[in-house]
Amino acid sequence: MSFINYAAREINCKLVYYGPGLCGKTTNLQHIYKRVDPGAKGKLISLATETERTLFFDFLPLELGTIRGFKTRFHLYTVPGQIFYEASRKLILKGADGVVFVADSQIERVEANIQSLADMRQHLGDQGIDPDKIPLVLQYNKRDLPNVTPIDELQKALNPRNLPWFEAVASQGIGVFETLKAIAKVVMQELQKKT
Amino acid sequence: MRPIADLVIYEEDLSRINACLSALQRKARSAAILLIDTSGQLIASAGATDGLDTTPLASLAAGSIAAAGALAQLLGEKEFSFVFYDGERKRLHLSLIGSRAILLVLLDQNSAVALVRLQVKKFSREMEDIFTELSRRPNSGAEGKSSPSKPAIGEITDDDVENLFGKG
Ligand SMILES: Nc1nc2c(ncn2[C@@H]2O[C@H](COP(=O)(O)OP(=O)(O)OP(=O)(O)O)[C@@H](O)[C@H]2O)c(=O)[nH]1
Ligand SMILES: [Mg+2]
Repeated sequence: MSFINYAAREINCKLVYYGPGLCGKTTNLQHIYKRVDPGAKGKLISLATETERTLFFDFLPLELGTIRGFKTRFHLYTVPGQIFYEASRKLILKGADGVVFVADSQIERVEANIQSLADMRQHLGDQGIDPDKIPLVLQYNKRDLPNVTPIDELQKALNPRNLPWFEAVASQGIGVFETLKAIAKVVMQELQKKT
Repeated sequence: MRPIADLVIYEEDLSRINACLSALQRKARSAAILLIDTSGQLIASAGATDGLDTTPLASLAAGSIAAAGALAQLLGEKEFSFVFYDGERKRLHLSLIGSRAILLVLLDQNSAVALVRLQVKKFSREMEDIFTELSRRPNSGAEGKSSPSKPAIGEITDDDVENLFGKG
């Protein structure tokens, strides 16, 4: 839920990285954390299992600067992608202003991507958020691997509305900031409509 | 279910909220208080917050309350009325204000849990009234533009966002 504080001249937005297990959501946040200036970020908090799978969420607050005199903060979250953490995924979506859907490009993950996207739409609805209206961008990750689905097939399966999409290799930082900037732009446009 | 409206806080709202939080902090003899939106963003605070990393505190408190709520539902409860963390020197009392906000009360050695609980109950009602008012208020820019305490943000362009990220 975007939160505009006129008294402190602040805008806060919540952005959620969603997608199937091991698609690279946490890797996106880790790369952003690594690259952003120390003054512009808080701690990266990861509630993870011993095997570094997300257990509840990752959280990274960014305070990149001001827009029209308003301090603009983005609070980045990832959901746990493993199937059995469904209840937690739903909680993290609460109050989301924008979602990045991270798809795993590997051929064997096509079904998992489709399932995860359907699951996301369901949970958004449960949180009172219209899945067709919330700002959404897609990231086709792991493009470095040999066994990837062609982009046009991914587009057909996951992006019928032709929303902004990006190819990425999150583990090398490729496409990570492009994706973040794109969701930030859509969210800010949306916010403007509301003020 | 009514979709959650975005929260907009103006100067006068914040002074009301701050006054309420400060009073609670004093009367409950607590170390510090944070008021947090249920999606995890800090709205306001009172007391000794200087040494606190309030941003992740707010996010984790919201996660904790959300998990407690989901646990309650699994057990057929409407909700658990509070979450309490008991440390050696510090204790945390988390509770919901309506369905909109979370009150985090940080207790130190000088605070008594029973007093905190009593005061939280009292002030939650007052806070809930404030939030009910806030959420009923029409949130149109046209209305806000005339008042100096409600400056319009103006047009945000893609370049504005691009500039936030610098050249990187
Ligand atoms: N080859 C390759 N590996 C990647 C890429 N992005 C992430 N990985 C690897 O994929 C594994 C899983 O990445 P995570 O970021 O932990 O995945 P996740 O989506 O957070 O997974 P959950 O927390 O279980 O939902 C790690 O070993 C990453 O290094 C990529 O673009 N290419
Ligand atoms: Mg993860």
